[in-house]
Amino acid sequence: MIGSFFRVAWHVMRKDLTVEVRSKEVLLTTLFFAVSVVLVFSFAIVREGRAPDDVAAGILWVAVSFSGTLAMGRTFERERYNDTLRALLLAPADRPAIYTGKLLGLLVLLGLVEVVLVPLVGLLFNAPIFAFPGRLAMLLVLGTVGFAAVGTLFAAMLVRVRSRDTLLPVLLYPITIPVMIAGVRGTAALFQQTPDLAMAQFWIGLLIFWDAIFITLALWTFEPVMTE
Amino acid sequence: MTRICRAMLMVTALIVAAPAMVPMMTVSAMQPPPQSEFVPVEDVPPGEQIPAFTMLGTAYGFVWVALLVYVWSIARRLQKVEAELADLESRRK
Amino acid sequence: MTKLNPLFIGLSAVMLGMAPWVINAAPYESTMGLVQKVFYFHFPSAILFLVAALICGVASAIFLFGKKPRADGWAIAAAELGLLFGTLTLVTGPLWARKAWGVWWVWDPRLTSSLLLWMIFSAYLLLRRYGGPGSDKLGAGMALFGMANVPFIYVSVNVWRTLHPQTSVVPTLPTEMGIPLWFCFAAFTMVFVTLLNLRARLEHQRARIEALYLAEDEA
Repeated sequence: MIGSFFRVAWHVMRKDLTVEVRSKEVLLTTLFFAVSVVLVFSFAIVREGRAPDDVAAGILWVAVSFSGTLAMGRTFERERYNDTLRALLLAPADRPAIYTGKLLGLLVLLGLVEVVLVPLVGLLFNAPIFAFPGRLAMLLVLGTVGFAAVGTLFAAMLVRVRSRDTLLPVLLYPITIPVMIAGVRGTAALFQQTPDLAMAQFWIGLLIFWDAIFITLALWTFEPVMTE
Repeated sequence: MTRICRAMLMVTALIVAAPAMVPMMTVSAMQPPPQSEFVPVEDVPPGEQIPAFTMLGTAYGFVWVALLVYVWSIARRLQKVEAELADLESRRK
Repeated sequence: MTKLNPLFIGLSAVMLGMAPWVINAAPYESTMGLVQKVFYFHFPSAILFLVAALICGVASAIFLFGKKPRADGWAIAAAELGLLFGTLTLVTGPLWARKAWGVWWVWDPRLTSSLLLWMIFSAYLLLRRYGGPGSDKLGAGMALFGMANVPFIYVSVNVWRTLHPQTSVVPTLPTEMGIPLWFCFAAFTMVFVTLLNLRARLEHQRARIEALYLAEDEA
């Protein structure tokens, strides 16, 4: 039974990624948007040619958050446009498995965006991204998972709602701000002049805790909210 | 996913998450101690009183106004709904 | 419950009316002076704010997993009251803080998570208002995530020591301060229960109207 769960999730993820690989639409637009966000914030914050200290972490996570929200909206918009979501839900597959598949697809997408964003931020702000790569990677992965777990659920919930484009950020941001705070403060602790490893460890611990709670809650609620 | 499966998943998640709380405790131990009790006193030097009175007055005033506005809002909506309900019921008869 | 409503309303009004006199009789606090008296309204509002979040979350869970339609009415009522009491807390707090700490706002864990919970309630109510049909289920799903925030808010002050007085201030209160506090707490709880009841009743009556319209259409 666990086997079939992961098989279904894998197939849903593969479907999403196959569609994406063909057109690359969501990936490229999301990537470009993320880079634009970084640049806009840089221009807003840089003074006399220098950015204040500690902004790199904040800008990185803001870019992830904004572009992630767009990506979620777009992937489910595609389902709505082709009316394939109903087909998915009608399939004799475990609903939480469908959720997991969509979540994994989104994570791959956001992972690719972050692979570009992190070096960009490191370049523009002289942030030491290679100083503690393991911890930095953990923060990014855990933060993105927490953010995407809630976002996939909400984006799926809102698929048939009229003002879904504005409602998704309105619903998503207050609930995922703790995850964002953990991500930003943990990354800032790693990027600062004298890196505070204990602090980074602390935020990583907190992220694990939140991710566990959010994913479990999302798996529980996906089924009842998606039924008519 | 069956209920038991979900419950087990929840428990496992919490067990996994619990050790993550350990670093939280060490950090909290390093913080300075806060105010731990209110100490009462009979009277207060005159210089203290007047500016604080505006804050206090505004706070209490706001609470009263907000509560009254909300009560009025519920009353208005409830009246409308009860009227519509009475109308519908009389039409059915 | 409905028969007792006039009694509840009357009792709430009387108790709330008496509150200023009771509070006036309380002594001043040594370090914060007159402005500390905001505490007698601020503390009950804050607790009821959290209670409303819990009620909303539990009602949403019952609605979503227990499939009880009436629970949804309680969830919305709790959300509106949470917004109201949250607003009271977030307004009285800074007014107190400006005098006691010198600043209107600090980004410490308790204030930040209280503000977030307030925003979650607002988002929930926006969803219920503009989400169209089926938004009751969606709102319920969202409310569960919101409720998970609550224990974090309560515990946050004890984990991160900050400017906020610790939660242990309340048990150590001397009697002259304890009595006004518990009186105000009782008054506010009375108001909360009354309003929750009325608001849920409003929601249930609306549901009845919809059912009646549906029955009419079918007939």
